[in-house]
Amino acid sequence: MTILFLITAVVILASAIMVVTSRNLVHAALWLVAALFGVAVLYALLNAGFIAVVQVVIYIGAIAILFIFAVMLTRREMRDKGPGLNKNWWASALVSLLVFGGLAYLLSSWSGFSQASAAFPSGFDAVSALGDALISPDAFVLPFEVASVLLVAALVGAVYIAFNPRSGDNRK
Amino acid sequence: MATETLIWLLPLPPILAFFLIVLFTNKSKALSHTVGVGAAALSWLGSMVVFFRAIGTEHLGEHPFTSSIPWLPTGNTWFNIGVLIDPVGAAILFFVSITIFMIFLYSVGYQNFGQPKGDHDKPGLPPHGATVKDEHGHKHVVPSVEPMYSRFFAFLALFAFGMYTLVVSDNLLTMFVGWEIMGLCSYLLIGFWYAKKSARDAAIKAFITTRVGDVFMLLGISFLYSATGTLTFREIFTEETLHVLASTPAFWGFSTSGMIALLLFIGTIGKSAQWPLHVWLPDAMEGPTPVSAMIHAATMVSAGVYAVIRMYPLLTADFTGHGLTPTMSIVAFIGAFTALFAASIAVAQNDIKRVLAYSTISQLGYMIAALGIGAYVAAAFHLITHAFFKALLFLGSGSVIHGMEHGVLHTGNHDVDPQDMFNMGGLRKKMPITFWTFLIGGFALSGFPIITAGFWSKDEIFADAFAHGHIAVFVTLALAAFLTAFYTMRQITLTFLGEARTKEAEHAQETPWTMTVPLMVLAFFALTYGWVGIPEDFLGMHLAPSWFHEFVGSTLVVLPEAAPFNIVPLLTSLAVALGGLFFGWLIYRNVNSPAEDKLQFPVLKNKWYFDEAYDFLFVKPAYWFAETFVYKWMDKGVIDSILHAFGKVTAWLGLAIRNYIDLPVINEFIGDGTARVAQWFGGRLQPLQTGRIQQYMLASLGVLIIVGGVLFSLLVR
Amino acid sequence: MIPLSWYLILSAALFSIGLFGVLARRNAIAILLGVELMLNAVNINLVAFWRYLDPVQMTGQVFAIIVFAVAAAEVAVGLALVISVYRNRKTVVADELDMMKW
Repeated sequence: MTILFLITAVVILASAIMVVTSRNLVHAALWLVAALFGVAVLYALLNAGFIAVVQVVIYIGAIAILFIFAVMLTRREMRDKGPGLNKNWWASALVSLLVFGGLAYLLSSWSGFSQASAAFPSGFDAVSALGDALISPDAFVLPFEVASVLLVAALVGAVYIAFNPRSGDNRK
Repeated sequence: MATETLIWLLPLPPILAFFLIVLFTNKSKALSHTVGVGAAALSWLGSMVVFFRAIGTEHLGEHPFTSSIPWLPTGNTWFNIGVLIDPVGAAILFFVSITIFMIFLYSVGYQNFGQPKGDHDKPGLPPHGATVKDEHGHKHVVPSVEPMYSRFFAFLALFAFGMYTLVVSDNLLTMFVGWEIMGLCSYLLIGFWYAKKSARDAAIKAFITTRVGDVFMLLGISFLYSATGTLTFREIFTEETLHVLASTPAFWGFSTSGMIALLLFIGTIGKSAQWPLHVWLPDAMEGPTPVSAMIHAATMVSAGVYAVIRMYPLLTADFTGHGLTPTMSIVAFIGAFTALFAASIAVAQNDIKRVLAYSTISQLGYMIAALGIGAYVAAAFHLITHAFFKALLFLGSGSVIHGMEHGVLHTGNHDVDPQDMFNMGGLRKKMPITFWTFLIGGFALSGFPIITAGFWSKDEIFADAFAHGHIAVFVTLALAAFLTAFYTMRQITLTFLGEARTKEAEHAQETPWTMTVPLMVLAFFALTYGWVGIPEDFLGMHLAPSWFHEFVGSTLVVLPEAAPFNIVPLLTSLAVALGGLFFGWLIYRNVNSPAEDKLQFPVLKNKWYFDEAYDFLFVKPAYWFAETFVYKWMDKGVIDSILHAFGKVTAWLGLAIRNYIDLPVINEFIGDGTARVAQWFGGRLQPLQTGRIQQYMLASLGVLIIVGGVLFSLLVR
Repeated sequence: MIPLSWYLILSAALFSIGLFGVLARRNAIAILLGVELMLNAVNINLVAFWRYLDPVQMTGQVFAIIVFAVAAAEVAVGLALVISVYRNRKTVVADELDMMKW
């Protein structure tokens, strides 16, 4: 388990670093896919099977693909032109390091920092429990519904923002 | 009501009238004269009540009507003021109240009440007549009503107040207050027609000349107060006080009482227009005629003589009956000299009022001389009779002038002076009432025997002078009496007798009842008043004691002796009176113009050049001092220079502050400077705002880290 | 076995890397990639806490689900924006989009 974790962690971090340093955007998107896969494995390690699958389906299957589409659509202008990083990248690196340091410090001063995992009750059906939690009125049905509304709004918004007037005229 | 209360109230109606007219009834002529005449009538009524009570009281001299109140706190004591009516006061009150009342009534007619408004009358100038159309369409010019009608009555009322205050007061202070109020009113009334320069100048001359006298009077009052600690008559005239004053020497050989009396007498010289302060009275004829009557016959100049009468005990404190004291000699001299001096000038005057003015000065000289030689009762007697006939003569002359003005308006010839006697003549036919009353007055003035009051009063003065051996005074007064009769008859002849010399005189007409009734009332007194003072042993007969002598004489502690009868003064007075009248008529019945008048000597016409002398000695130096020394050199030269210097320094300072502090420091440095600094900072900080979101995030995260670190290090510790 | 701290450190590191990407990348789409990394880091944190503290309480997982939904919505809108900006400005370089200033 430990080894699995370590390998997965290395994969995730390496992929992430590649995401943010690749000049070629397609490469960056693909490295993101790799990172996301690593995260899915991590979820599985954490006994959150449903989340792992959802990660793969949503993140990799939808979001990452969406990214690749977007890259494709704007590729002509950005074909490996110029550096990948802007001119203040060193300040950004510094800030990131400091943020990491701060977060790590803060987390480590929490008492339960190094605790072991709680016992996973046997026969506990996490998925159905999740389902219950998402739908039952005295649990999280409201945030769930609101999230769906959010998605509709995002959908409509995205369509509207990206609406191309020229190709739209024909349909009027 | 108690007599004392009544006496307090006597000056009240006139002063109330003054304020009422000034504040409320100014616009209405009828209301104003009603208030004025009503007030004079009220005071006259009150005075009559007081007078009759006074003459009915036994020993009024020892127990006069008196009342006083504490007024001014002076340390541990009080300065009291109050009223006093002793016998002489009652007698004076009698004539003062009647003459004031008559003059008020006369003024209604004199100022042409009821006549239309003038064509081009302006306030400040005498009225010039109004054109009216009668039923046939003919245009007549008639006398117009005086524009400042109400103002006149207001001033007359104030004047009456001053005189009443003077007469009823029991102390020198309120007497002086009344004295000064009358001085003010004479200024206001002489300069009534203020648009005429001659009137303005005359008013100032009157005021300043009397002021010279008043200064000395005030000195006398102060001296008296410091010597005795009181100004109340009854307290001063006690035996002990008088004795102390008489025996204490002052300076220059006078005793204290003599010096005080002399100083007070100088006030009288001014007020009663004696030589050398006589110059104002003839010029005072610029005022309307009722004013001349009021001021210069009945009241104001009489106030001067009244003052000496009041202070008689002081004047004679060191008089033993043999030989006059220095003060009395001075008084007698001035009186007699003035009598002759003024009479000589009157002979050469052509203006009807000027003659009367000099006559007044002369007659006042008689009274002063009488007091100077110790003839107390005679002086008081002459004062009262003179008031009656002089008022009568002045009002009569006003009536004549009114009639003449009627003629002037009729002919339209405004170059004719209605006051010049040589333009008159034959007026006895046109103005009969005026003529007969004027004749009575003139005869009284001349001392026509038996039937006129003037005879009895003048004769008493002569008798006293002769009996006590003051021959110089006697002869001077006799000469003056001759001249008096002479110029009086001259006046009557030129004015009334003969034929009219000008068209204007032909068209003169009699004046309305408001003017002639006072004339008649005064003529009555001019005739009859003398009979209350017929000496006991007249012509060697044994008559009843002279009521006047007994009554007024009782004011003094010791009843003065009447002079024993002597035929010499009686014959002298008869001779000068009848002789003067006869010669006057004889010479002037055929004189028709000034050229024919042989007595128009320049020195007499020009009043012995005293006006010119005073102008040279006093007036011109005063002008120089005021205009050159004070105005040019000191005021403009010194004081204004200092002020200009201040101005320049301040202006320079202001500019310096502006240029050295305001502009460079405050505007530049502080004002513009802060703006420039802010602009510089803004310029420096502007590049921060790049618009690039990554840089914004970087900056905010950086600041977050820094602040978080600081807070963390502070809080955790 | 594996202490919670490892997961937390991992998520912190991932978060920081994503932050670096957001701050330092020139291309707008690359910035959005960085955002995705940050969101994933958050999710790791949430699930780790769920597992280690009280697995019976589904709150952690529910929260993670919501984060998924939000991330998806955000990506959609963000990319639509990028497309729109690209059409208007003909560029996707973040540094050239500097209109957010006075």
